[in-house]
Amino acid sequence: MSSFSLNTPKLPAADRRARRQSHKWPIGIVVVIAAVVLLPVATLVVAAMGGTGEDWPHLARYVLPQSITTTLRLLVLVALGSGVIGVGCAWLVVAYEFPLRRVFAWALVLPLAVPPYLAAYAFAEFFHYVGPVQSLVRGLFGFERPSDYWFPDIRSTIGAAIVITAVTFPYVYLTARVVFLMQGRNIADVARTLGAGPARVFWRVLLPVARPAIVAGVALVLMETVNDFGAVQHLGVNTMTLAVYSTWLNRGSLEGAAQIAVIMLVLVLVLLTAEQMARRKQRFHAPRGTQINIRPPRKALSGGRALAAMALALLPILAGFGVPLAIFGRYALNRLYQFGEPALAEAFLTSVAVAVAAAGLAVGAALAILYAARLVRSPVMIFMVRLATVGYALPGTILALGLLLSLARLDNAVDAFARSHMGFSTGLLLTGSAAAVILACAIRFLALAEGAVQAGLEKLPPNLDQAARSLGRSAPASAVSVLLPLLKPAIFTAAILVFVDTVKELSATILLRPFGFNTLATYVYENASRGAVEEGAVAALLIIVTSILPVALLSGPLMRDRGA
Amino acid sequence: MLIAGFAALAMAAGFTPALAQAEGTVNIYSYRQPFLIEPLLDAFTEKTGIETEVLFLDKGLEDRIAAEGENSPADVILTVDIGRLVNVKEKGVTQSVDNETVNANIPAEFRDPEGNWFGLTTRGRVVYASKERVDQDTITYEELADPKWKGKICMRSGQHMYNIALFASMIAHHGEEKAEEWMQGLKANLARKPNGNDRGQAQAIYAGECDLGIGNTYYVGKMITNDKEPEQKEWAKAIKVLFPNTEGRGSHVNISGMALAKHAPNRDNAIALMEYLSSAEAQAIYAEQNFEYPVLPSAETAELVKSFGDIKPDSLPLAEIAAHRKAASEMVDRVGLDEGPES
Repeated sequence: MSSFSLNTPKLPAADRRARRQSHKWPIGIVVVIAAVVLLPVATLVVAAMGGTGEDWPHLARYVLPQSITTTLRLLVLVALGSGVIGVGCAWLVVAYEFPLRRVFAWALVLPLAVPPYLAAYAFAEFFHYVGPVQSLVRGLFGFERPSDYWFPDIRSTIGAAIVITAVTFPYVYLTARVVFLMQGRNIADVARTLGAGPARVFWRVLLPVARPAIVAGVALVLMETVNDFGAVQHLGVNTMTLAVYSTWLNRGSLEGAAQIAVIMLVLVLVLLTAEQMARRKQRFHAPRGTQINIRPPRKALSGGRALAAMALALLPILAGFGVPLAIFGRYALNRLYQFGEPALAEAFLTSVAVAVAAAGLAVGAALAILYAARLVRSPVMIFMVRLATVGYALPGTILALGLLLSLARLDNAVDAFARSHMGFSTGLLLTGSAAAVILACAIRFLALAEGAVQAGLEKLPPNLDQAARSLGRSAPASAVSVLLPLLKPAIFTAAILVFVDTVKELSATILLRPFGFNTLATYVYENASRGAVEEGAVAALLIIVTSILPVALLSGPLMRDRGA
Repeated sequence: MLIAGFAALAMAAGFTPALAQAEGTVNIYSYRQPFLIEPLLDAFTEKTGIETEVLFLDKGLEDRIAAEGENSPADVILTVDIGRLVNVKEKGVTQSVDNETVNANIPAEFRDPEGNWFGLTTRGRVVYASKERVDQDTITYEELADPKWKGKICMRSGQHMYNIALFASMIAHHGEEKAEEWMQGLKANLARKPNGNDRGQAQAIYAGECDLGIGNTYYVGKMITNDKEPEQKEWAKAIKVLFPNTEGRGSHVNISGMALAKHAPNRDNAIALMEYLSSAEAQAIYAEQNFEYPVLPSAETAELVKSFGDIKPDSLPLAEIAAHRKAASEMVDRVGLDEGPES
């Protein structure tokens, strides 16, 4: 946000005071939103402090060093993997022309539809001894027993990194591609006229320019990695998230679990800060006119090179989308009758309804805090915005637990008040309804909405709405009439990101849902938790398809709009 | 404002708070999957006219009931694992039940002396052995640490509650020091890092990754009868069930059980359900459905389950085993069991 200050002329002291006066309400809104987001976090911190600390010698000696090392190894591997694949693919489809390039360009987003826990299950099946890959290896080389040959174990830190990378690299791909398309063109052209070849342009000009966007994408990937529970549990990789659960559930120490969760939170705040610092250097409000009409010069590939390009683009799609689809598709084939089951239809509708509500809530909150931050540019404001997005960092169950404890207290207080003053019981208004689930998802995915809206907002020069305001419109009016229409694509992107992640969300939903409330994810999980993921295959496919549709919607306009 | 906003959204989406005190219903908070208890609940509704509502959770059930406090809609709590039954009692979210029918049906060793929880079924934590590669037909848990099994044993995470209960029973029998030595030996004998579920261990034996696996009895029944994934029948065929310590103290068994929630709004219905679940009829359905052993001595064990062999349950009271769970969990960390054989 600090970039804008360069464009803002110094106001006389009196005017500045007047501005500050009129900016009480945006600060108020941000404070309220940040408070709601921080409610579960604060509850957990209080729980953590309530602990006796008697478990610490054990945790510090046997649990934390190992789980922190594993988590960091996983983060480094996933960062490398998603960075290389995401940036590589983005560059491939932006800079080169080859058959089916347009198809690949949007299909590279598909893995986003597969939640890591489903990917982990599919990969474990795919690379298992009795799975298709090893069977093929044995068939080809005539091996008969596992001891006859060496095969890498997917149930390892590297395996988990591959699984998580395979389904999360599109976050990097999306952010990197937009920058290559939007920002890089002019400077790349300049570099080219100065005689630089494509490789040199990429390494010396485009990569440094895209770095902030890449870091932002990688940060999202890493937060998803920290939060993942299902995939690492299935693959037997002992991350901090797993340590939180075994401390909570096996040692019955909610306080100890909260303490580890707080350490994780610190780790994530570091990640978020890195992301924000990277973004701070991003400062492009180049006039739109020069960008939209110029087609980027694409180097046409032919023959073997074209084939190689196609293979390179196809591989990540096959890994992150093809493998899960094939594994669940095979199981679903044996269970086609499930498509007709009312329970599944109900779960589907519930998933969509919750996802729409959470998307609306998260995008609304993101717009409010970002617009407030645009009006009031202060370090405190930037910090508040950052705080409001920490929900993404918390493992779903931990966030849900914090929310449950605080909301239930609120519910009971409201109920007690109603009973004593009005003579009736309100029951559990929030924790007894879908409200708690929707709120949990909105809090968790506010960071996604914020990131997407922010990316859009950054491209709108401040003089836009300032012009409207200089013509006498109030701040909110100029925001609605000038900024909102221009932000439509960004709002759409934000809503879809939240929608997709809410459809996939599992752990918070499981803990907070009321009676008779099933989403597609809980439907899959109920089956998976008794070791029969195959019974949930149909629901898993529905999750993937439900997530694809909006993603396809998202990439459609993106393609047309930018001549990609 | 935000809260008003999302409350409105929630209402618009058609979700209203569950009715906590509706007539003729009983609300169940369950750690057990709905499909497992559905046949029972259907039979119960048919018999009594009382409708059932099930909320399945896999974590934090106790914490949720505790947070909901007096307004909690929970009537009956259903769960597997002795540790969790002890937890719900210790969290203070249960109340004592002194019901003649229930007490008569469930033997004393399978219920809380103070009436806060009751066992419904038992399952043995046994050894799966390769039919092809393992000759012996008897085994002890102690023997799993014998170097002769080096590189031959598969298991799921040592932190899984089923394994924690087994390790807690080892501590109860041998003391912490001996149990830890044993766990070191077990770790050295692992074929790979602990992972997957019990079924995965049978699959690993089938695939030749290992010769022995640790698993619950009922999974074998689940695999043998799996018509939709016939390859699981192959996994089950590749293994034989060895009941450990049959000649000694007996095999470690765990229970599934029930408890009455502290603020149960439908108390009478809840008691009716508890009576029903302990009855011979319900016990037989449970056993047949999930291949577990009924706790009611007169109830019939499923034929398939009988075919695995006779189980002799360890007579150590489960409450005593549960007391060693924390020690067992810490031991798993200390030994580094989940890091696998090499580290």
